[in-house]
Amino acid sequence: MRTRSLLLLCAATVACAQNPSPSTAPATASSSATVASKPVASSSQDSLGKPGPGALSIPFANPFPSTYKPFPSRTTLIRNATIMTAAGPTMQNASILLRDGKIVSVGTSVTAPSDAVIIDGTGKYVTPGIIDVHSHLGVYAAPGGGGLNDGNEATNPNTANVWAEHSVWPQDPQFPRILAGGVTTVQILPGSANLFGGRSAILKVVPSRTVQGMKFPDAKYGLKMACGENPKRVYASRGPSTRMGNVAGYRAAYIQAAEYRRKWDEWNANHKGPPPTRDLALETLAEVLRGDILPQMHCYRADEMAQMMDVAKEFGFKIRAFHHAVEAYKIADLLRENGTGAAMWADWGGFKEEAMDGIRANLALVSAAGVKAMIHSDDPSGSQRLNQEVAKAMYAGRAAGLNVTEDEAIKWMTINPAWALELDDKIGSLVPGKNADVVLWSGDPFSIYTKAEKVWIDGAKLYDRDDPSSNWRTDFDLGFVKGGSL
Amino acid sequence: MKTQLLCAMCATLFTAATAASAQTVAITGGTVYTVSGAPIQNGTVLIRDGKIVAVGASVTVPSDAQRIDATGKIVTPGFIDASTQLGLVEISAEPSTRDQNARGTDGVAAAFRSWDGLNSESVNWAPARNEGVTSAVVAPSGGLIGGQASVVDLVDGSTTEMIRRAPVAMVAQVNNPRGAGTGARGELLGKLRTLIEDVKFYQAHRSDYDRAASRNLSAPRADLEAMIPVVEGKLPLVIDADRVDDIRGALRLAKEYNLKIMIAGGAEAWLAADELAAAHVPVIAGAMNNIPTSFETLNQRQENVGILSKAGVQVAIIGNNGDGDEESFNVRNVKYEAGNAVAYGMSHDAALRAVTLAPAEMFGVADHVGSLQVGRDANVVVWSGDPFEFSTRVEHVLIHGKESMSPSRQDLLTKRYMTLPPDYTKP
Repeated sequence: MRTRSLLLLCAATVACAQNPSPSTAPATASSSATVASKPVASSSQDSLGKPGPGALSIPFANPFPSTYKPFPSRTTLIRNATIMTAAGPTMQNASILLRDGKIVSVGTSVTAPSDAVIIDGTGKYVTPGIIDVHSHLGVYAAPGGGGLNDGNEATNPNTANVWAEHSVWPQDPQFPRILAGGVTTVQILPGSANLFGGRSAILKVVPSRTVQGMKFPDAKYGLKMACGENPKRVYASRGPSTRMGNVAGYRAAYIQAAEYRRKWDEWNANHKGPPPTRDLALETLAEVLRGDILPQMHCYRADEMAQMMDVAKEFGFKIRAFHHAVEAYKIADLLRENGTGAAMWADWGGFKEEAMDGIRANLALVSAAGVKAMIHSDDPSGSQRLNQEVAKAMYAGRAAGLNVTEDEAIKWMTINPAWALELDDKIGSLVPGKNADVVLWSGDPFSIYTKAEKVWIDGAKLYDRDDPSSNWRTDFDLGFVKGGSL
Repeated sequence: MKTQLLCAMCATLFTAATAASAQTVAITGGTVYTVSGAPIQNGTVLIRDGKIVAVGASVTVPSDAQRIDATGKIVTPGFIDASTQLGLVEISAEPSTRDQNARGTDGVAAAFRSWDGLNSESVNWAPARNEGVTSAVVAPSGGLIGGQASVVDLVDGSTTEMIRRAPVAMVAQVNNPRGAGTGARGELLGKLRTLIEDVKFYQAHRSDYDRAASRNLSAPRADLEAMIPVVEGKLPLVIDADRVDDIRGALRLAKEYNLKIMIAGGAEAWLAADELAAAHVPVIAGAMNNIPTSFETLNQRQENVGILSKAGVQVAIIGNNGDGDEESFNVRNVKYEAGNAVAYGMSHDAALRAVTLAPAEMFGVADHVGSLQVGRDANVVVWSGDPFEFSTRVEHVLIHGKESMSPSRQDLLTKRYMTLPPDYTKP
């Protein structure tokens, strides 16, 4: 009845529907077979000390630094609330104190400083800010259309050289809408058209004129990689056109990256002669090999995930998390052994052959096996309601006979995605000393009738359902959008 | 001969051929939401031969009746999703399994009877059925005129047994001029007008047409024939329209030609709520959209269906979130769409009606499904609690009086992989 526009497919089809026939040779053309493909030690031999978040092929370590500054905040105490900390059991009739952008204390005997804004949380719930590890906000900005279609550089199966932040439009009206759903941190990924889609951007969901003003300070970059149907469909005419072609493509690229890394490590150690020529794609892949960039891999099928974990072993790196991971439940044991996480939908499936085996108990089964399980959206609408997605997944687990507690499920949208971004020391749970990214919910976050009422990022209240005039409206919203609640 | 042809084209009522169990079933003790009337505490729904024979607080249960104890539970009519592609789309990215989009002629596929390609063996029926959806409007899409829709009951049977009524509507869209084979909105509406005029002309000059003595008409004969009941105002024309001006354009067209229309999608319908109510035009919409995803949907908001309902517009709630395959794999989630509608201002009663009796009325099957009344088909769901809540489980799904829950493919996969490695010799 309605013209469907599967955004998820669009991650590939937006690009591939136009049948791209790129003429340029792959950046990682057939590998130099002379480079040994033995495992590369991941311990850094850099002479320049602790790596920064940017490219480490010095001296260009961090060319687009974060300029984010926390918004003004007031000391705030929420009391009499049910607090789900994601770090321990849910606390009843508890309080949480936020000061100077940090969580100061959480518990049943927190006292309010005299200057604190006091919020009565009776009947309400408090959780950490939600973290969406798979978003295309800003790169596929609303209202869409070709002018804002910046998510897939579908001109080459290897575009490890591109950075999502260079596509992000800070005025994407989707940003304030996910903030209103309690999302405080997002990983913006390039699409899945390519084997290597490019670097991710880790952003705080805050208003800003620039992307730099949204960037999470000192967050490691991710690298989007993609398995399966999308790359082989997009590049059907030039290759890779098969799954074996995909795997050959990853391996060829890492062979080159290992060689690139060796040359730079050598030069960094002795500074003899001119530095090697920079290559943006290899720079990113070399950082993956050094463990400084976290591979975030779009992969549906169990057998492909198992093979990608072997590819990673071959080159001495670790895939941080598989995304979509529709069949993660089939290899939960392998994921646990590899220490690789899985970012999943509650119940998407069936829309393509590699998604045929999607089940609602996926998160629960994977979590029960001891894997870092997390919800993700890949979708601006889903991103607004990740609590609802977790609810579906949690109750599906219980229906399947698993004892999934709410304290476990809350981790799927907070501390586990924080772990996937290696930010679990800063965000993802309500623990003293951590960033005060906090959501106050109108009730149980796993009820369909519950809404996020107030959202704080670094202690600053950036969303308030009860005070619409105070809420963020993007430039796009002005004039184009009549309003209504977020 | 012409009369025969006409009759074949006009609304055909299929009688449900499922061998309804002769058994008598009594669902007792639950809170019964009949939808057609007030909820009944501690009510009984008595079913015989696949039909509801009694509903109330003081129904005598025959001694031979099979009892379903619904004490502490909620009993509702089976849910009806007014916009699905169940049985037409198995795997949306796999063209060989897609049968919802006819080629047609220059954007017009009015003769396309989408149910002729219905796949009764689709794996997508069971997940919807197991979560309380017992009937669905199965609709084509694409072009200017997408084709004809049917209402199916989700019985585990043959296509003939499933189809409750067909056609129930003709499907059109005014959202996307290019998709309709035109270049601009005005041109699209002009094309629709031309088609309607040609249908009228054809109807008045059929014998000239058959002697090849007619002027050229904008659509082939089969499409013109199929459009006759639409032009006569007998078959509803479901018009996909999101932008408020497109909705108003559809309303003007309906008025001009006395068409019976419904608006589907209706992202900005709340801006024309009073006009829609005055024109008695129903709206088929979701409740989880508030993103200006396109220039047609800039003002969509989650309060949409609640505002429409309060204004007196007949509303059917559908999965219309844009992604996640809500029209096939995830039809089951229509109940959560209704729950979100309640969270954003619709009354619970109105939301329940919007997934049961409202779509039944809109598509002409309310005498069979959509409410718990004597004489209606026994499509009944027993829920452990509020049907819209995540924590609620579906406990019984009766279709035509028969228990109809069965393991879905997803259930089988879940069972197989509960322990790793799996045993591939087990089902």
